Amino acid sequence: MTAVMVTTSAMGQSVTGATVAVDTVLDRRTREVASELRCPVCQGLSIADSPSELAQEMKGLVREQLASGKSPEQVRAYFIDKYGEWVLLAPKPEGFNLLVYLLPAALVMGGGWFVWRYVRRHTDTPAEQV
Amino acid sequence: MDDAIPATGLNWRRASIAGAVALPIIALLAFGMTRDPGEITSPLPGKMAPDFALEVFAQGEPGQERMVGDTVRLSEMRGQVVVLNFWGSWCLECRREHQALTNVASEYATKGVKFFGVLYNDQPSTALRWIQEMGGQSYPSVNDPRTRTSIDYGIYGAPETFFIAKNGVVAYKHIGALTEAIMIQKLDSLIAAPSS
Repeated sequence: MTAVMVTTSAMGQSVTGATVAVDTVLDRRTREVASELRCPVCQGLSIADSPSELAQEMKGLVREQLASGKSPEQVRAYFIDKYGEWVLLAPKPEGFNLLVYLLPAALVMGGGWFVWRYVRRHTDTPAEQV
Repeated sequence: MDDAIPATGLNWRRASIAGAVALPIIALLAFGMTRDPGEITSPLPGKMAPDFALEVFAQGEPGQERMVGDTVRLSEMRGQVVVLNFWGSWCLECRREHQALTNVASEYATKGVKFFGVLYNDQPSTALRWIQEMGGQSYPSVNDPRTRTSIDYGIYGAPETFFIAKNGVVAYKHIGALTEAIMIQKLDSLIAAPSS
């Protein structure tokens, strides 16, 4: 009798442990997807970081969809279908969006080239004059 | 001193490079100024309106009324023009458009147009007090307790109103307070359009 109780208890702990592990994985996946989705009623916050009611519901929906077996891509596609590409905090690097990725790099390179030329000119000139 | 200043007074090569760099940036910024950063363009117009099953909490007036507790399903209204107005008692713009919605809903009820309010981020008890305070609402309102239907419609504020054609496709989404003129224009064209 005692042996049966110990076995049952151990099984119970094992099941609880497995549930906690599944929950932890689901929580981590929910956080990953939610951190990529923009909160529609905030300024530059993801639904993972926003305390707003709408963001919390959206996060709950992300969790439900992942728990039901949808992949992160399918969950993202659902929100894009409802809110448009705008809902992604990092827009897809294609088409007009490429500007967001390329323009800063181009400006840094252009600025660096300008500074390099400016510095070279102003360090070379006195030496030539001497 | 004399050799430092070019004869023309302007280095055209430098000016053209500066212009080529600056003009696209200025054009991009100017384009950004023409857009409202608070407005999200909805991808829904032209697509099938998401179906829902929501419970009535405010019945509306005779001619448009639905019993409190009834479940309203969009799929049951195929063949009719449907107007969904997402609102909340906390929303000031909803107060501004309320009378226009009530008037147009009454006028178009006989033409087969169904109006429904969808409560967004609010409690039915508070919303009922608001309706009473505003002198009534001619059309029924349904509750969206976990904002799931609101998310399905890509709602991010209130009021937002969807005009759904007879074939179930979202024809138009309006953000902000509606006027009677806008509603009449949209509804007349949707009523005149064929069902398929």
